Amino acid sequence: MIDAVGNPQSLLLLGGTSEIALATAERYATRRPLRVILAARPSPRLDAAAQPLDRAGATVTTLPFDAADTASHAATIEKAFADGDIDLTLVAFGLLGDQEKAWTDHATAVELAQVNYVGAVSVGVLLAEALQRQGHGTLVALSSAAAERPRRSNFAYGASKAGLDAFYTGLTEALRPAGIKVSVIRPGFVHTKMTAGMKAAPLSVTPEQVAEVIVDAVANGREQAWAPAPMRHVMSVLRHVPRPIFRRLPI
Amino acid sequence: MSEIVVRALSGWGRTASSSARVLVQPTLESIQQAVRDPGSRGVIARGLGRSYGDPAQNAGGLVIDMTGYNRIHCLDADSGLAVVDAGVSLDALMRAALPFGLWVPVLPGTRQVTVGGAIAADIHGKNHHSAGSFGNHVRSLDLVTADGSVATLTPDDELFWATVGGMGLTGIIVRATIALTHVESAYFVVDTDRTANLDELMALLTDGSDDRYDYSAAWFDAISTGAKLGRAVLTRGSIAQRDELPPKLRRAPLAFDAPQLLTAPNAFPNGLANRAIFGALTQAWYRKAPKRRRGEVQNLTTFYHPLDMIGEWNRAYGSRGFLQYQFVVPLSAQDSFRGIVEQVARSGHVSFLNVLKRFGEASQAPLSFPQPGWTITVDFPIRQGLAEFCDRLDEQVLDAGGRLYLAKESRTSAATLHRMYPRIDEWRKVRAAADPDGIFASDLSRRLEL
Repeated sequence: MIDAVGNPQSLLLLGGTSEIALATAERYATRRPLRVILAARPSPRLDAAAQPLDRAGATVTTLPFDAADTASHAATIEKAFADGDIDLTLVAFGLLGDQEKAWTDHATAVELAQVNYVGAVSVGVLLAEALQRQGHGTLVALSSAAAERPRRSNFAYGASKAGLDAFYTGLTEALRPAGIKVSVIRPGFVHTKMTAGMKAAPLSVTPEQVAEVIVDAVANGREQAWAPAPMRHVMSVLRHVPRPIFRRLPI
Repeated sequence: MSEIVVRALSGWGRTASSSARVLVQPTLESIQQAVRDPGSRGVIARGLGRSYGDPAQNAGGLVIDMTGYNRIHCLDADSGLAVVDAGVSLDALMRAALPFGLWVPVLPGTRQVTVGGAIAADIHGKNHHSAGSFGNHVRSLDLVTADGSVATLTPDDELFWATVGGMGLTGIIVRATIALTHVESAYFVVDTDRTANLDELMALLTDGSDDRYDYSAAWFDAISTGAKLGRAVLTRGSIAQRDELPPKLRRAPLAFDAPQLLTAPNAFPNGLANRAIFGALTQAWYRKAPKRRRGEVQNLTTFYHPLDMIGEWNRAYGSRGFLQYQFVVPLSAQDSFRGIVEQVARSGHVSFLNVLKRFGEASQAPLSFPQPGWTITVDFPIRQGLAEFCDRLDEQVLDAGGRLYLAKESRTSAATLHRMYPRIDEWRKVRAAADPDGIFASDLSRRLEL
């Protein structure tokens, strides 16, 4: 059970090698005994991801999960809930890749949409069902500032995150009567392996900073949170900038 | 008619809600039926929802709303015995009993709790030092046990004392016989002392003068530090005898009028409970109290239940909710106690509705909260840093040999709670024998691994 100040006892990370998800789990692990399920494609990286959590005292298990293979999701989610309640689930998988290829190469574009949007919807539906059955729980979906207004440089990614964002924002309302909380997190540029080598945008953050935003959103029941927080105001201005100006902005 | 509805439930602190199937307007038969067929996530009773945390919710399972199970079967004016269903509120019981010169022996800070809840949390009141906790006044209780049968338990039974303070985890309490107290009036004769600081207050509470009063508790300032640390308004009194009342009140000494002036709207923003507002309220509350007053006649609402004048007052803390932190440490742990009060005052987490009391003897129930010592209650709105701050307080309470109150608890760790209740294994043994499959379960029992 999650407590009054937002400490969970169990965590499911869909995207178990996500640096943001792992940083979040580490934060929780330092506060209370924690059971963590890392769901991702089996790899040495997944095994390595478990180690810092182990050291922090958490009980860690791994679960094979392929975000693109939606047919396998029902069985995966069932397995995740087989060992007991899941208090907090992070939907933290996603692809970025070469954004030029992501709109010019058919296979790349489809895969990006399949993982980032279809995969997120697929697990969202299954998680909603599982959480309603257990009668409690919190869902955190990692969206992106790019979902607010996609730019020329990243619109394929932005479009997939905009879809995810709208779906989970709607889920927030749909699950409210059942007492299930959903938080949509919108980070700006995050320094991770996914963005390694890319030029950092202004207001960039580390995975640890995003984790802090997530922990705060869960504790305070925030349905939407930006990382960093001022990104909200920046984006709300950018959203209304006329296109001729927007396309000239150095962002 | 009994029916089942799905509802999201939370405690009085309005935190950590969960949803469950709720059996409303239950009958004894529908309660027994529900216990025989509880489903995979078990069943728990719920009263008026005044516990701050999660003991009366059962995510994904079944919750029995006992408030509709509320008949007063018998009030014996001579013996003082009341036989009541568990869903009867202490307010209803008090109103029914007063005309016979009978008084509910233990009243918490609100009368809006059920008899079943009062037993399950083994509640205490301002008269703990003279009257003990609620379980001390229960002569027998009927419990629907895990097999669906009704067991009538008395203080000679182990299961009786596992049920007192057992947070509903031994079964569904359906009926109880309570020994009420004979009184001549519904008024208190009250002495008030305003103290300059915590030390002065603790001296007053340990100089033997407390024994002259049946009721004693202090409101204290949990914001000021330094020389004003823990300054307080101590009010102590006993129920007035008829001839102690002024002539006007003597005509109807048992009359009781509990005005509810207003109900708080559900529209308070978060963050009103800040230092500026609570600091000003604290200053005003302290200043309006007389420095020393003797023999003032007060009614129950003024002396005991000022908050009952405002319905749904918990809404004032906004949508994020709040938590109540109540602990007791042994009398000998005076220095740790003072240290904790000082940390609260310095923490930046502000609380206005603060109570301090010296408890009397403990009950024999293994999970009963009160023990001889110092208890304080503070309310904190949920905000950043509160989780870590309360964890630090837990450690000090534990080091001082103290414990937290399960009826208020909403955030500690299972391991901490188990260390605070050294007799927990004894309780678990009785519970395991009574409910081998663990069908009585709540969010609290899952969270704290009870």
